[in-house]
Amino acid sequence: MNAIDTTVSRRKGTIDMAHGGGGRAMAELITGLFQKHLGNPILAQGNDAALLDTPTGRLVMSTDGHVISPIFFPGGDIGSLSVHGTLNDVAMAGAKPLYLTAGFILEEGYPLADLERIVVSMAHAAREASVPIVTGDTKVVEKGKGDGVFITTTGLGVVPEGVHVSIERAQPGQAILLSGSIGDHGVAILSKRENLEFETEIRSDSAALHTLVADMVATAPGIAVLRDPTRGGLAATLNEIARAAKVGMHLDEAAIPVKPDVAAACELLGLDPLYVANEGKLICLCEPEDAEPLLAAMKAHPFGKDAARIGTVTDDAAHLVEMETGIGGLRVVDWLSGEQLPRIC
Amino acid sequence: MCLAIPAKVTELSGDDMAVVALEGVKKKISTALVEDLEVGDYVLVHVGYALHKVSPEEAARTLKMMAEAGVLQEELEEITGGAQ
Amino acid sequence: MKYVAEYRDKDLAKSVASAIQREAKPGRTYNIMEFCGGHTHAIFRYGVQNLMPENVHFVHGPGCPVCVLPVRRLDDAVEIAERHNVILCTYGDMMRVPGTKQRSLIRAKADGADIRMVYSTLDALKIARDNPEREVVFFAIGFETTTPPTAVAIKQAEEEGLKNFSVFCNHVLTPSAIGHILQSPEVRELGTVQIDGFLGPSHVSSVIGFEPYEYFAEEFQKPVVIAGFEPLDVMQSTLMLIRQINEGRHEVENEYTRVVTREGNLKAQALVSDIFELRTSFEWRGLGPVPYSALQIRENYADFDAERRFEVSPKQSREVKSCECPAILRGVKKPTDCKLFGTVCTPDNPMGSCMVSSEGACAAYWTYGRYRDKTARQQKEAAA
Repeated sequence: MNAIDTTVSRRKGTIDMAHGGGGRAMAELITGLFQKHLGNPILAQGNDAALLDTPTGRLVMSTDGHVISPIFFPGGDIGSLSVHGTLNDVAMAGAKPLYLTAGFILEEGYPLADLERIVVSMAHAAREASVPIVTGDTKVVEKGKGDGVFITTTGLGVVPEGVHVSIERAQPGQAILLSGSIGDHGVAILSKRENLEFETEIRSDSAALHTLVADMVATAPGIAVLRDPTRGGLAATLNEIARAAKVGMHLDEAAIPVKPDVAAACELLGLDPLYVANEGKLICLCEPEDAEPLLAAMKAHPFGKDAARIGTVTDDAAHLVEMETGIGGLRVVDWLSGEQLPRIC
Repeated sequence: MCLAIPAKVTELSGDDMAVVALEGVKKKISTALVEDLEVGDYVLVHVGYALHKVSPEEAARTLKMMAEAGVLQEELEEITGGAQ
Repeated sequence: MKYVAEYRDKDLAKSVASAIQREAKPGRTYNIMEFCGGHTHAIFRYGVQNLMPENVHFVHGPGCPVCVLPVRRLDDAVEIAERHNVILCTYGDMMRVPGTKQRSLIRAKADGADIRMVYSTLDALKIARDNPEREVVFFAIGFETTTPPTAVAIKQAEEEGLKNFSVFCNHVLTPSAIGHILQSPEVRELGTVQIDGFLGPSHVSSVIGFEPYEYFAEEFQKPVVIAGFEPLDVMQSTLMLIRQINEGRHEVENEYTRVVTREGNLKAQALVSDIFELRTSFEWRGLGPVPYSALQIRENYADFDAERRFEVSPKQSREVKSCECPAILRGVKKPTDCKLFGTVCTPDNPMGSCMVSSEGACAAYWTYGRYRDKTARQQKEAAA
């Protein structure tokens, strides 16, 4: 489902200012590269704006800018990530995503072959998700004014009748479910960072979760909260919910799935997996009686096979996320200040 | 301070370098600070250097000591019928 | 993870905790100073305090190299990076430490300085090799554990004839700091800080051995237990300290036998003494100038000494007023005794060094320790 496209582009040359200049070079880039790979009937209309039929129900819209170093990483690249990230943001409203848009900011001098790899990967991700990219935009910035490629994607979706997923619905007593192991994405990225390199089989978990969400809302339409714990990891996301909904959380460290290699890489670099980014996981808060059926539905889906109940929402005036540690102690799981940096002490 | 973690030596090269494994994670480290290393040894890894070998015998002995610490308590509980 | 997972085992933790509950005498308190930030981290990260009886207290010591580095040295590093246009390499821990006017390395980097985070001195050497036209300075911090890797890098740079590599040396020594704390008036004369025993450094001791602590145990009549950094090591060592205190003993005992011996790593020690020599005095943030407490690069390796290679201007570096880091580092005050703690000073906006590193007493307390406040509050409410 998450296969990497092995298409090797033979395209030569690099991005130059003409590719953003509105002339022939730009038109060629759009038809020869973007439309070639991303092609679908709506995109093929060739208008500046996509004409869409109005879906019925409540609409959900989300936008996300994607910048990542390295641009290609084990388990994905900025292209697939920009599709998955926005699809997931839409899906976390309990919605079915319908359309995507994509805006590219390209740096002068960026290899066209790499750009093609990225676009092919986006096309692959969008096709797999059955959500078309219906309109887009390209701009070129001078060398040194960007970092290769930035991609902004916007997603539009519709929420099924009877589903109302929202952060303020978190209530004491609800179960906290997690769809799988944490930290895979962040560790895969770190393993390729300059001056940190280590060898690991760990790949990014980057994936589109809307089909998992569809199975979940079909099982329990009353799901209170869905969130994908991306930057800042599980800890940041749970703290966001706790603060917004004015609740506390109690977690059980032993129940939180962490792959052995992810745990090992974190030990080596002095990181805490709770704060490491994910791109294909979700957190679900639900009424306790829905927990078991939901877990069963999640485990039946390829992206939820390691799902687990990791804790309970509590009534806590301080809105703390606390955790029973592996040895039976208690600690606070706080927000992180800035990016978590590898440490030696 | 001084974050360090035990890892297993899986390859030794002649230039004071080695590959260590921690679960499936492999990292090239310097062995310039330790002597008589063999593949299969566990070393304490700190900032990309092996600092010291880990003694399997002593590791087991420490664990035994920890397990025994609570034994008396369990015996006491048995005698008093768990009324501790 | 072998040699890791076993020492985080819940059943074993229960076993050791029950022994501590049984052996800690209710009539007295046990103030145990953990010197190392690694212990502070383990205590908070795993909630160890929570498994201790009420009368066993951990006093967090100055063993976090980031926390004890004086602001001036950080300002000097920033100046070297900016004024001399070098590539400054450093460990991730240093990146966010605030210097004068809250200016950190991350801030300097944002302003255009070429500052790079490395995992190892090996990476700094590689950067020097890859950038022969640039000067590369490794900003070296740390205790005896981190010093030998710096020594290897200098040695290797010499062997390779790597002319563009140098080290800004801030390596400090553990035993002199412990001695300094024990000799401070608060501890020695005033008796305002009662320290009953020490959790001794673990990885520092893997290098220097445990022999250097024997003098303290004898001179100050305080027990020392060399303790590993896993939560169970901390607990088992606490138990060993409680036993010594109960029996009136003051010996150096070694819990971390799987790595620490009496003599330590002789090869590493020889290398360190080949390249470094004692500084007559070095300023510690919080402790002030401590005689013979740090290392500098020997004359023979002067070419690799960034302090000799790059001129730095004398500067008026300023700590934030009313920051209680100095007292906290000596165990005289707790993070919560500081007016700034949790109000103006948080991990997002650290004023003092103890809030910067996750090993610093304030940051650890803020990040992990508030649970205890909460339970205390709830107990109070329940009682009222």
